[in-house]
Amino acid sequence: MTDPARNHPPGVSLAGRTVTGPMRNHPPGEPSIPDLQGRALQLRRHMLAMARRIGQGYIGQGLAIADLMAALYFHELRYDPADPAWSGRDRFVLSTGHYSIALWAALAEAGVLPLAELDTYGADGSRLDMSTLDTTPGVEVIGGSLGQGLGQALGMAIGLRADGAGARVFCEFSDGELQEGSTWEAAMAAPHFCADNLVALVDCNGIQADGPVVIGIEPVAAKFAAFGWDAAEIDGNDMAAIVAALAQARRRDGRPKAIVLRTRPGRGIPTLEQRERAHFVRVDPHEWDALAGELEAGRE
Amino acid sequence: MTSAGRTVAMGVDEHAVGASIEAPFGRALVELGRERPELVGLSADLAKYTDILPFRDAYPDRFFNVGMAEQNLIAVAAGLAKTGRIAVCTTYGVFATRRAYDFIAIACAHSRADVKIMAGLPGLTTGYGGTHQAIEDLGLMTLIPGLAVIDPCDATEIMQATRAAVEHPGPVYMRLQRGQVPVVLDRARHRFAIGKAALLRDGGDVGIVSTGLMTGRALEAADALAQEGVTASVLHVATWKPFDREAVASLAARTRALVTAENHVVRGGLASLVAETLFDAGLQRPLERVGLPDRFIECGSTPFLQEKYGLTARHVAEAARRALGAGRGKP
Repeated sequence: MTDPARNHPPGVSLAGRTVTGPMRNHPPGEPSIPDLQGRALQLRRHMLAMARRIGQGYIGQGLAIADLMAALYFHELRYDPADPAWSGRDRFVLSTGHYSIALWAALAEAGVLPLAELDTYGADGSRLDMSTLDTTPGVEVIGGSLGQGLGQALGMAIGLRADGAGARVFCEFSDGELQEGSTWEAAMAAPHFCADNLVALVDCNGIQADGPVVIGIEPVAAKFAAFGWDAAEIDGNDMAAIVAALAQARRRDGRPKAIVLRTRPGRGIPTLEQRERAHFVRVDPHEWDALAGELEAGRE
Repeated sequence: MTSAGRTVAMGVDEHAVGASIEAPFGRALVELGRERPELVGLSADLAKYTDILPFRDAYPDRFFNVGMAEQNLIAVAAGLAKTGRIAVCTTYGVFATRRAYDFIAIACAHSRADVKIMAGLPGLTTGYGGTHQAIEDLGLMTLIPGLAVIDPCDATEIMQATRAAVEHPGPVYMRLQRGQVPVVLDRARHRFAIGKAALLRDGGDVGIVSTGLMTGRALEAADALAQEGVTASVLHVATWKPFDREAVASLAARTRALVTAENHVVRGGLASLVAETLFDAGLQRPLERVGLPDRFIECGSTPFLQEKYGLTARHVAEAARRALGAGRGKP
């Protein structure tokens, strides 16, 4: 595996600012799908190690969105790892704060956070909390009070559009959050404000706190389309499909973009994929070595 | 603007005490918008009824009406704030505090976002009933860490407090009187500052601690008491948070009895803040509380409701007499 951020082109100039660090704006040309899959594998390795150290965690959800996080942080997002607060950056809003394990892994792999700090995930006094707080570099909003992400992402999109620097906002939220009325308040408003620099990333993993999705929320993509979004639905663990959908979402045609990602909890580790679909996966201490072995055996 | 205003060379000075000013919040916001290009305005289908239309008309590109969706109002405002804006949003106090509480707590206060929530129809200033009367809003907002909470007295203070709220780093909840708002405080002498109580009248017999529109009535009550030979202080506490405990404790230390006066439920309201301050300062004083009871209030004209529930100068003066009576005979 190459070092974090080594494949980013240097010297990109954006909005009058010359950036010499590793930062990119959805570069021209096709990305290497195998390279991005390699990044996703690396994120899964980080997450497994993080969950193992505390003996638990939201590993199922983290593994499910590892492919999306790799595509975002190593291809689509424009940001500067050396200056995570750069005002011209694309925003990644993680509404599901308990997916923090995936965000910490991506931020560390990208060089925003020290890799060694991943060891502190969930520990008392660590800034890599089980649920995100915005005081940690690279975190845009306090996630976890579900239903608060999309509206804030819309406000950011309106503000960034007025700034004129071309920055976009990517907002991850979950199928469970579609049961929060506030999500739909924001879904209704985004087309009204023509927020075409807003990309909703709806992680449909089929589980919520009480188990399999407890009240029907389908058809998800059709609902967003009916609200005026440019909506697509893909296999959320298919890297080529993710990259293609993100490329489609670059269109600035006046409509906000929604990508509905069908993801598999525990993706990459068959034992976890097959385990009872649970919000909070329990792993017995003796299982970790075998799980790590499955992850390596499945590498592409 | 009104015949009560002081006549000046070019007409009527609407800033004169006794006059009134139309839409003081909207006027102040337009001026601030000129100075600060990062200022944006939002409302949730109540722009017309919260005096923010002058801002929309002056800066249409910087105004956003999100429709009847108060959670989204606060969320979008917080998102705008996170791109360097100062986001001023208006709705009624009941909707902001009851519908969007979690968004105010997390997206604004916990996130230290520059969102200023301007809340219409405070207490008994509407003829609608419990659906529209914000009677417990200040108590709720005061419980949220990191949120500044303001209940201005009049047009003069609304204009000053709007500026102070915009200049204050971080989130603010402020009550709004709309439309034709009376002028009680002298613009030339009053200086509002967040967290600073204002001693408007100094007298040693009874201390009246008042907030919001009740301060005008407290001043009238002090006048009535003076005619009976009773000297009253009036300490106007516009900022509920941060609360000027020193000013309240100092007032209590130099008066024999206290009265609180608020357009809000007394339980968990200004009365509670004052009682807590007295306890912490080790001071025991008779304390009479003018304000709303722990119940929802019916529909009715505002003069009728304010009379029935005791939000008048007469009720404040009576409370002062009771407090002094209770304090008589003590060392």
